[in-house]
Amino acid sequence: MKDIKEVILDAVSNAVIEEKQKLTVTVEPKQLHSLLEALYNNPELPFDYLISLIGMDWGDKLGVIYLLSSTKDLSKEIVVITATADRENPLLYSVTDLYGTAHLNEREIYALYGIRFINNPDMRRFLLRDDWNGFPFRKDYDENPDLNPITVVSQEIEDEIPRIIENEKGELVEETVHVFEDDDYIINIGPQHPSTHGVMHFRTALEGEIVKKVDVISGYIHRGIEKLCENMTYPQILHFTDRLDYMSANINRHALCMCVEKAAEIEIPERAEYIRVIMDELQRISSHLLAWSSQCNDLGATTAFIYGIREREHVLDIFDKTCGGRLIVNQNVVGGVMFDIYPDFQKDVKAFIPYMRKSLIQYDKFFTHNAIALGRMVNVGILPIEDAISYGVTGPAGRASGLSCDVRLHKPYSLYNKVEFKEVIRTKGDSYARYQNRLDEIEQSLHIIEQLIDNIPEGPIVAKVKPVLKLPEGQYFQSVEAGKGEFGVFIESHGDKNPYRVKFRSPSMAAVSVMPLICKGEKLSDLIGISGSMDFVIPDIDR
Amino acid sequence: MLLLNYSQPLELSGIIESVDTFLRTNMSPGWATFVEGVIVCVAILALYCIIALALIYIERKITAFFQARLGPNRLGPYGVIQSIADMVKILIKEIIHINRSDKFLFYAAPFFVIVSSFLAFGVIPFGIDLQAIDFNIGVFFYTAASSIGIIGVLLAGWSSNNKYSMLGAMRSGAQFVSYELSAGFALMTIVVLSGTMQFSELVEGQRYCWNLFNGHISSIIAFIIFMISGHAETNRGPFDLPEAESELTAGYHTEYSGLTFGFFYLAEYLNMFIYCSIATTVFLGGWMPIQIPGLDALNEVMWYIPSYVWFFGKTGLLIFLSLWVRWSFPRLRIDHLLNLEWKYLLPINLVNLLVMVVIVLTDTSLAGLFPSLLATN
Repeated sequence: MKDIKEVILDAVSNAVIEEKQKLTVTVEPKQLHSLLEALYNNPELPFDYLISLIGMDWGDKLGVIYLLSSTKDLSKEIVVITATADRENPLLYSVTDLYGTAHLNEREIYALYGIRFINNPDMRRFLLRDDWNGFPFRKDYDENPDLNPITVVSQEIEDEIPRIIENEKGELVEETVHVFEDDDYIINIGPQHPSTHGVMHFRTALEGEIVKKVDVISGYIHRGIEKLCENMTYPQILHFTDRLDYMSANINRHALCMCVEKAAEIEIPERAEYIRVIMDELQRISSHLLAWSSQCNDLGATTAFIYGIREREHVLDIFDKTCGGRLIVNQNVVGGVMFDIYPDFQKDVKAFIPYMRKSLIQYDKFFTHNAIALGRMVNVGILPIEDAISYGVTGPAGRASGLSCDVRLHKPYSLYNKVEFKEVIRTKGDSYARYQNRLDEIEQSLHIIEQLIDNIPEGPIVAKVKPVLKLPEGQYFQSVEAGKGEFGVFIESHGDKNPYRVKFRSPSMAAVSVMPLICKGEKLSDLIGISGSMDFVIPDIDR
Repeated sequence: MLLLNYSQPLELSGIIESVDTFLRTNMSPGWATFVEGVIVCVAILALYCIIALALIYIERKITAFFQARLGPNRLGPYGVIQSIADMVKILIKEIIHINRSDKFLFYAAPFFVIVSSFLAFGVIPFGIDLQAIDFNIGVFFYTAASSIGIIGVLLAGWSSNNKYSMLGAMRSGAQFVSYELSAGFALMTIVVLSGTMQFSELVEGQRYCWNLFNGHISSIIAFIIFMISGHAETNRGPFDLPEAESELTAGYHTEYSGLTFGFFYLAEYLNMFIYCSIATTVFLGGWMPIQIPGLDALNEVMWYIPSYVWFFGKTGLLIFLSLWVRWSFPRLRIDHLLNLEWKYLLPINLVNLLVMVVIVLTDTSLAGLFPSLLATN
C-alpha cells in the first residue's frame, strides 16, 4: 500500500506535512483542490468523508481546516490546512464538487469569516442574513450593536444567489442566479412550524403536492456559541455543548471533556468512565425515543408520540435523581463526573431495561407494521450511500443507507472497546430503514448498559484538575457517536486558559444539508415525514 | 300500531302530544304550527350545542384513555365543566381580521359549514316521535345537505389568502368529492334493500333484523365503506389531511379565530355525530330496541329502555369506534387516500350495489330466507 504521504507529495510537491495529534498537511490555496482531489481518488484509501470544515482567523491569515477521513477505515484521519493573507477579499477554492457537505459549511464560513469560495454554486451566507455588517468570528470584528441594529421590520428574503465561478480560461466570473423560477408556487415550511423540530426554514417550491425544490434557511437561533467559547475558560464552556443537540447533551459534553482531558493529559478514574458511558447510552435511548415519537407524530400518529414520551420519562427520572437535570444532564466535568450515582441507580436502571424491551415490542405491534405507516415510510426519501458519504450523514440515518459509521466502533473511546455491541446497518436508505435503525439501536444501548451496570468499580469520580486549566499549544480533535451521528469537537489552543478557536461538528447540519436532495420529487407530506426520519435539531445547526 | 302494545313509560311522546294539544286548543292552527316550529328549532339548536359540548368532553377523555393520559380533570368533577369553559372562552375571544383576505367570503365560509351541518342534523330520528321532519326522501336529503359543507371549506381556504389554507382546502375538496361518492353508494345499497328513503320506515323495517345483517355480505361491505367514507368526509384522522396539523398547521381554518373558528370546530364534531347516527339509523336499527319475535317478555323489557337511549347508545358505540381508529393510525397521504377511494372503495361499492340488487331480486336477504322469524310484516 502506497504511503499516504507519498500520495500527498505526488499531488502537491511543496506541501508541509507534520505529525501532530493527526497527520497535518498545509498547502497553498491554489493547490488545495488538487490535493483533496488526489486524496479523494486515492484508490487504496479514498478520503471521501469530510468530517468537518473549520474556518480560522490566525490574525495575519484567514484559513480553513479540513478534517478528512475515509469510509473504508474511519480511524484514518488527515487534517488539511490552507490559508490566505488577503483579509479584504479572501478567496479560496470550493470542494463542493467532491464533498456535498462542504456546501453549507462553506456558506457558514463565508457568513462568519468572510471567506468566499470559488465554484461554490450558491455563495449566500448561511446562519446570518446577507445584510449583516462585518464577519463576527474574525478576531477584529466590531461588536458595536449600532452596526447591526435589531429591527422589527419584516425583512424580505432575497431570491438572488451570488457566486464566483472559474471559467475554462481560468478567469473568475462573478454572477447572480435565482433560487426559484418566477412562477414557482413557494410555500414556507417554517420557521414557525410544528414539524420542523425547531426554527428551521424550508422554502419549498411546489408543483401541486410535489416538492420541486427546497431551499434551506437556518440561523434563526444562531447564538455564536463557538465565538462565546473563545472568551471563556475550559470549565466554563462545558455547558454550551448541552445547548447544541439538547437531546444528546451528555454525549456532547463527554466529547468536549475528553478533548480537553486528552490535551491536558488528565487521566480520569474508571468509575467516572463507567458512569459517563452508562449515562451516554441512557441519553442515546432518550434521544432515539424522542426521534421515534416525533417521527410518528409527523406522520400524524399522536398516540405513538405520547407512548415514546412515556418511556422517555423513565430515563429522565434517572437523570433527575442523578444530577438534578432532566433534559440537560449536568454531569460531565473535566476530569470525571460532577455527581456520584445515587444508591438506587443500579436498581432503577435494571428495572428500566426490561420495561423498555417490553415497550419496544409494543411499538412494533402498534406502529411498525401498520399499513398506513408503511405506505408513508417505505421507499420514501431514499438516501443512496454515495450521497450519505458525500454529505457526511452519519448516525442512524447514515447507517440506514449502509454506511458503517459508528464512532464507538471505528474510533473507540472511553469504555467502548470493552463492551460488546452490534452496529445496526440497513442498506435501503429510506425513511423506514432510518425508523427501524433507531428502534434497533435502543436495543443495542440497553445491551451495553446491561454489561456495565453491575461492574461499576468503586473509587473516586473525578481526577484532580488544576483550578486554572491551560492546554498546551496545538490543535485537538475528538469525535463521539451522539444520538444523531458523529459529533466532533475541535479546539485550537495557543497555550492560554481560553481556547483560541472552538468548533463543533454538528450531525444535524449534515442531515439538513441532504434534505433538498432526498425531498425532491416527493410529496409535501413526505417532506415532513422525511425530516422526521432524518431527526435533526436546530440548535445543533445554529450553534 | 304495534308499538303501543308495549308500555313505554320513559318515552317523550306523551309530553310532545300534550304540548301539541295545548297549543292547538289555545291558538289558531296557523299560529300553533308557527310556535311549534319555533320550539322545534330552539330544541334542535340546543341539542346541537349540548351534543357538541358532550362530544368534546367525551373525545378528550377517551383520547386521554388511549394515550395513557388523564385528560381534563381540573374543572368540576372529572373535568366535566371543561368544555363549557372552553365554549365561553371561544365565545369571548377576539375575531382577528386578516388583511388582504376576501372579507365577504372569509366570513361567509363558516356559515356554509355550520348550516349544512344543521340541516343534516335536522333529519336525524333521535327516538319515537323525536324527529323534526320525516321526509320521504330523508336519505337523499341527508346526502345533499351534508355536501354543502365542502363549499364552506373551499371558500375558507380560498379567501384566507394563505397558502397552507389553500392547500388544505384543495385537499379537502378532492377528498370530500371522492368519498361523498362512496358514502352515497353505500347508502343506496341499503335503500335498495329496504326499498325506502324515509328514515322512519327504515327504522321500522329493522324491527327484527338490522339492515347490517339483513343484507348479509353486501350490507356488511356497505357498512364498512360507509364508516370509512364518513370518517373521511368529516376530516378526522387518519383522513385529516385537510388540516394535517403537522404539515399544514391547521389547514383551511388556519386564519380563523374566535367564534368563526368555533363554527368549524363545532361542525367537525357534530359531523362525526351525524354520520354515526345516520349509520345507526340505516344499518343498526336506529332507535329501535333489540326485538326477538316470539320472546315477548324480553321485548317488553327492551321497550322499557326508551328509544332515545337506544339511539344514543348505538351512536356512541360507533363514535367510540371512530375515535379508536383516529387515535391508532397515522395520517394517509393524499395520493394514497385517493387511490383508496377510486381504485378500491368505488369499484367494490359499484359491484356491491349490483350484488344487493341480486339479493333483493332473488329474495335471499335474511328476512327473505327466514320470513317467519325475521320479516317485519
